[in-house]
Amino acid sequence: MLALWVIVGVVVVLLATVVVTSGRRRGRPVAHRAPTVPPEAPGGGEPVAAGSIEAPPRPAPPEEPAPAGHRVVEATLRERLGRARSLFAPLRALGARGDGAAALEAAEEALLRADVGVETTEALLSAVRREQAERDGAQGVREALEDELLAVFDENPDRSLRFDAEPDVVNVWLFVGVNGVGKTTSIGKLALARRNEGRSVLLAAGDTFRAAAADQLQVWAERAGAEIVRGAEGGDPSAVVFDAVQRARARGNDLVLADTAGRLHTKVNLVEELRKIRRVADREPGRVTEVLLVLDATTGQNALVQARQFTEAVGVTGVVLTKLDSTAKGGVVISIERQLGLPVKLVGVGEGTEDMIPFDPEAFVDALVGE
Amino acid sequence: MFDALSERLERVAGRLRSRGRISAADLDAALRDIRTALLDADVELGVARHFVEAVRERCSAEALSRSLTPGQQVVKAVHEQLIEALGGEALRITYAPRPPTVVLLAGLQGAGKTTVAAKLAQWWRGQGRNPLLVGADLQRPAAVEQLRILGAQAQVSVVSQPGDPVGTAVAGVEEARRLGRDVCIIDTAGRITIDDALMDEVRRISQRTTPHYTFLVIDAMTGQDAVATARAFHETLALDGVILSKLDSDARGGAALSVKEVVGRPIVFASTGEKLGDLDLFHPDRMADRILGMGDVLTLIEQAERTMDQDVVARSADRLLSGRFTLEDVLEQLHQVQKMGSLGGILRLMPGMSKELRQAADQIDDSQVAQVEAIVRSMTPKERADPAIVDGSRRVRIARGSGTSTQDVNQLLKQFREMQKMMRSMGSGAMPGMPTGRLGRLAAARQMASGGAEESLAEMLSSRGRPPAAPAARVSGTPKGRGAKNKKKGGRVTPPKGR
Repeated sequence: MLALWVIVGVVVVLLATVVVTSGRRRGRPVAHRAPTVPPEAPGGGEPVAAGSIEAPPRPAPPEEPAPAGHRVVEATLRERLGRARSLFAPLRALGARGDGAAALEAAEEALLRADVGVETTEALLSAVRREQAERDGAQGVREALEDELLAVFDENPDRSLRFDAEPDVVNVWLFVGVNGVGKTTSIGKLALARRNEGRSVLLAAGDTFRAAAADQLQVWAERAGAEIVRGAEGGDPSAVVFDAVQRARARGNDLVLADTAGRLHTKVNLVEELRKIRRVADREPGRVTEVLLVLDATTGQNALVQARQFTEAVGVTGVVLTKLDSTAKGGVVISIERQLGLPVKLVGVGEGTEDMIPFDPEAFVDALVGE
Repeated sequence: MFDALSERLERVAGRLRSRGRISAADLDAALRDIRTALLDADVELGVARHFVEAVRERCSAEALSRSLTPGQQVVKAVHEQLIEALGGEALRITYAPRPPTVVLLAGLQGAGKTTVAAKLAQWWRGQGRNPLLVGADLQRPAAVEQLRILGAQAQVSVVSQPGDPVGTAVAGVEEARRLGRDVCIIDTAGRITIDDALMDEVRRISQRTTPHYTFLVIDAMTGQDAVATARAFHETLALDGVILSKLDSDARGGAALSVKEVVGRPIVFASTGEKLGDLDLFHPDRMADRILGMGDVLTLIEQAERTMDQDVVARSADRLLSGRFTLEDVLEQLHQVQKMGSLGGILRLMPGMSKELRQAADQIDDSQVAQVEAIVRSMTPKERADPAIVDGSRRVRIARGSGTSTQDVNQLLKQFREMQKMMRSMGSGAMPGMPTGRLGRLAAARQMASGGAEESLAEMLSSRGRPPAAPAARVSGTPKGRGAKNKKKGGRVTPPKGR
């Protein structure tokens, strides 16, 4: 707090000096608009224009692309990772008998472009070199690389979502992550999937910060036929989660999916708030059985930092990788698995409601490097 | 932002700077480090390669051997290349002769389009314009609702209609014309670039509304994919520029370096915080300074000139320096500074900020200011002018009145005394590390602002790490989340909203 005062003081003095002097130097007072008078125009000022195209308070539920039947997981991943596969095309193009050294180079380029990161790429490639795979030509390099990648994922074999089926326990799955990664959407899709399995869930609209975040979750709740507990905008998210657990117990729901506001892992206060949410959710009868870090597949090396910091703060138990249907490759999860031992549990591979699927390492690796 | 990248580049620079001679092997090693630093910062592979080659060309063997300070030569080459990679000059916004100037925002899901739309609206209001927001994101549930709420905060009206996004956008522009608005900002749904139907939709929006500016909003944390995304949108929409969002994270912002190089369009705006005011024009040269850890005084000054009330600041700065200031002054100062955006964001612009101070800046919670305000407002005018008269019973009254504890009141009073002492010594020029007197400080600021010159660059690089006023920065007290900050909205004190 003292630091705050001193810093503010210094800033003010410095700025005041500069503002005043530069104003005088230019021979004019620095123009400052009267603070509260915005330039008026017809219809200006009121929050919503009184136009002919006034919309109803809540937008109509958007058209979701219809889920095209039930797809096989592997085919979906492979199909969705089409662009990522193209990265390894030069490697594949070298064919079975291609030059091993060229294959190593092609592999390095592909890994870096897939956001795997310098450190992990170098580690993977040096392991491949140790096996002297290049002697067997491009084919050998590719197979060795596939093995190394699978070995990384094998370190974290358990990818199931933990659910304690005990009486008087309300499981809480907490969704955390930075802004805009798709936390709310992931919860919505997961709620639908659970309902389709015939299990009831309750949604906790713990994002009380972003404007209309609770409304967004409400739309999902209606689609999934799930109950939702929401609080006042700007209210205490811990209170919302607490209420949700209580309500779930009263109604006999054994699972609460708790949304939280997106927050940058660098904002200490917001991370502290997240700790509190976790503590409150863990109170009887609630039990936090999963803390899922939602990561955007388009994120680069910063995802590693996010994973590390959220894990330190609230003990992340698994990763949900979203937006894998874009051109992004999400290779950074290889680094996350390798360096932090955090398993990827779910992947979002499309905008359809059923495009949230369990993560299958073999399909992922095969989709990247396989034939 | 860019911290990790700048740290790595500084380390490379530091190693080189001390050398009197740089061999080809030294240079190779340095360039390899730079390449790794760039890749770790998510600079696209091809761009990173090109960057390194360009730096190598700039510091050819002859150039290095001619220079007396070859290390500096390399640092300078990196700096120049950074400016070039980031886009040279800033884009100058012009307005359509027949309003409205239509601005179309596009991007991937979660890039931050809706928030950026509201921030842009606020920014244009600050420029004396009269914008209108059009919510054409009918895909994401409650996206329009979010835009309405943010629009209300920015005091900009929002129009939207359910149904067809293209129709909504066209009707929105019509509405802007009818209402005589001079800027019309269209928020569109997030879309992935390989979804042909959605890409076609945004193309039709663009064709029907003929925007004067089409901006792509990109998350600063984006990895290698940023380039593919930017390229795909550019092919569909012919972009005019890029807006970088979430630059307040510790993302290394490699996307910023890549996009310009590949698409050939500059980064126009950057969003650096959660407040609506945290958006500003992007200046490549200043960003290059920031990456190399040199602060960004020009932006700081501009922000100050735009938002601060000159007379108020000047009056209380004098009093601050003379040590004859009251709690009322302190409050006024806080408000002035708050108008510029979040405190953390401002501190990041200060040159010579050490890593610790920068981290402390992240932890400063603006809601603490509300508590201070509540306490001061609960004092009588006499107490504000002379806090020494606050005794036990007054303390209890003040604590009760402000909803705080007597400890909080005590702490504030103690800090105020400390601050008084500190300011008095600053005013008399006794502060170590600060040039004496107001003019000295001004000269320092100007010198920093002029930047560019090799000497001052070297000076800055070698003198950084020594903050202007660096008590061990520490933010104590119970951290308050955003819940607390928002509570005050409906509650006891309402500081003036950003204008």
